[in-house]
Amino acid sequence: MLVVSLAPAADVAKYAADLGAETLVPPVLVFARLTIQEASRRRLLLALLVLTLLVVGFSAWGFHKITTVTRSDGTLLPPTQVTLITSQLLIVVTFMYSGVLALSAAVVAGPLISSEVESGLLLSMLARPVRRSEVVIGKWLGLAVLVFVYAAGSAFLELAAVNWATGYLPPHPIELVLYVAAEGLSLLSLGLVLSTRLSGITGGVIALVAWLMAWIAGVVGDIGAGLQNSALQNVGTISHLLLPTDGLWRGAVYAMEPDVILAALRAAGTAGRANPFSAVDPPPNAFLAWVVVWFALMLTLAIWSFRTREI
Amino acid sequence: MAASSPAIHTVDLSKRFGSTVALTGLSMTVPRGEIFGFLGPNGAGKTTSVKLLLGLLKPTSGEAWLLGETIGDLKTRNRIGYLPELFRYQGWLDAREVLALHCELAPLERSTWKEEITKALATVGLTDRADDRVSTFSKGMQQRLGLAAALLGRPELVFLDEPTSALDPVGRHDVREIIRGLSARGTAVFLNSHLLSEVEQVCDRVAVVDHGRVIASGTMDELLSGTAVRVRVGGLDGAARTKLAGFGPLDDEGEHLTFTKLDVERVPELVSTIVALGGRIYEVAPRHQTLEDRFLQLLHEEEKS
Ligand SMILES: Nc1ncnc2c1ncn2[C@@H]1O[C@H](COP(=O)(O)OP(=O)(O)OP(=O)(O)O)[C@@H](O)[C@H]1O
Ligand SMILES: [Mg+2]
Repeated sequence: MLVVSLAPAADVAKYAADLGAETLVPPVLVFARLTIQEASRRRLLLALLVLTLLVVGFSAWGFHKITTVTRSDGTLLPPTQVTLITSQLLIVVTFMYSGVLALSAAVVAGPLISSEVESGLLLSMLARPVRRSEVVIGKWLGLAVLVFVYAAGSAFLELAAVNWATGYLPPHPIELVLYVAAEGLSLLSLGLVLSTRLSGITGGVIALVAWLMAWIAGVVGDIGAGLQNSALQNVGTISHLLLPTDGLWRGAVYAMEPDVILAALRAAGTAGRANPFSAVDPPPNAFLAWVVVWFALMLTLAIWSFRTREI
Repeated sequence: MAASSPAIHTVDLSKRFGSTVALTGLSMTVPRGEIFGFLGPNGAGKTTSVKLLLGLLKPTSGEAWLLGETIGDLKTRNRIGYLPELFRYQGWLDAREVLALHCELAPLERSTWKEEITKALATVGLTDRADDRVSTFSKGMQQRLGLAAALLGRPELVFLDEPTSALDPVGRHDVREIIRGLSARGTAVFLNSHLLSEVEQVCDRVAVVDHGRVIASGTMDELLSGTAVRVRVGGLDGAARTKLAGFGPLDDEGEHLTFTKLDVERVPELVSTIVALGGRIYEVAPRHQTLEDRFLQLLHEEEKS
């Protein structure tokens, strides 16, 4: 075997190719594999794994502390209290994970195409029978696999640790993974579009700033909801449409809220909504449909932009 | 189209970048198996031409065909090899993996990869570094790797954009051998270069470009029919030198003056003129025009017009 790869997805592509002795891997999958291979060879995956294990270990210890702290009268916290605190803390910890994922996605996607155009790496490959769209989709696909693997893997480890420490599990763990992964994927897609035209750092920085602004706009929208001010609310809605990261984050938050919290938030009325770490309702289906359209738009835009670029 | 269609055929191919004219009115035909040299000073439009032909750039106007198919056709590309001027390969792969990647994209049948790769590595002299990461390669080794990638799968047409820019003298010699070998088995080679001696040694035909225009083209014999005269002279000031304009284009290197196109019959006249101007002649050496003489003469004429 000539191509030795460390990444599981790359192996899948390889085995698929080996099954039919002479079937060739379509270029899209070649580029996807190459992207994963690069991340693994450059030790990005290893670094993320080590960091994640550190955070999981540390947070397991922290969560465990909640069950052992004593109140002023010397008694332990009652289980409902533990659940309450754990669920809130988990939301904050998850925010950090989603931040790491978003940051990594933006930093990796920013130079994805531009750096290879600038260095000349793509020249010899694009002179092969390869469509530009295949390069774009392949790279997107490779990173999408990494984003999902990271989201699912880190969520599994973290939730297992929390469950071991406190016995708590969020009500919708699968949805949680999907929302966090989709948030990373949004930044990945935005970064990819930018990287077809802008240099690596520029694209990455723009994607990151856009992510933070979207988050702030979401908070503004919350405040609007709290004050029942439609102008402010629109800021939130429009930002969710332009870059769905904050909308998806709210979905992740909702997936982590136990019924007690939801009941408390609903009881608080509009004031309960003015908080980026809470969600009263799941994201509406129309929004989720828009997210799918948004991804398609971003990919189309990236392909068009790269196709018309002269290299 | 039939296999007899030329390797490259272009009609009035032009390219502008904004207001910069990179190439204008390129019309040429390169038959199968020919070694075609594309010469020109920096910024002449050589790399632009290659990128246009490979479909990496879109022509502003004009048409071109490679191996009988219009440029940009995806399927013809598996019969074409390309070594870019700006060569760069995945540093985190080893040499064998880079070539396997190119085999996969070409695409070549999987069963042939091993042999193709081994052969290509041997041809460019990288066999003993085959399993090292490309990031540990020297510049010249990376260029050799790029050349190996361009040779995979017995292409019918190979574009080499300054293939020896990073190579040592031995490497340059090797590349000339490789190019001759390609031509011997029927592969056409499009060689971009400003290393005139290199072009002179291997090319069947050349075209000289400057400012995006072809200013001369033909076989080596056609281009280099004239003689050049090199004179070692002292005591000639600038004013005196300008009076020598009548003897054709002059390459002035101080003590050495080379009249890049001057009939041998006019040598006595030249000598007496220099003496009359107060110059002291140490040496007069007529010779066959080299490509460099011709090149300088062409650029000189181009400047005047
Ligand atoms: N992407 C681009 N954008 C704008 N102008 C360009 C671009 N690429 C090339 N040019 C211009 O086109 C002209 C021809 O450039 P080209 O790279 O083809 O020259 P060249 O003959 O290969 O030169 P060299 O010997 O230095 O490699 C130059 O004037 C250059 O500035
Ligand atoms: Mg060039």
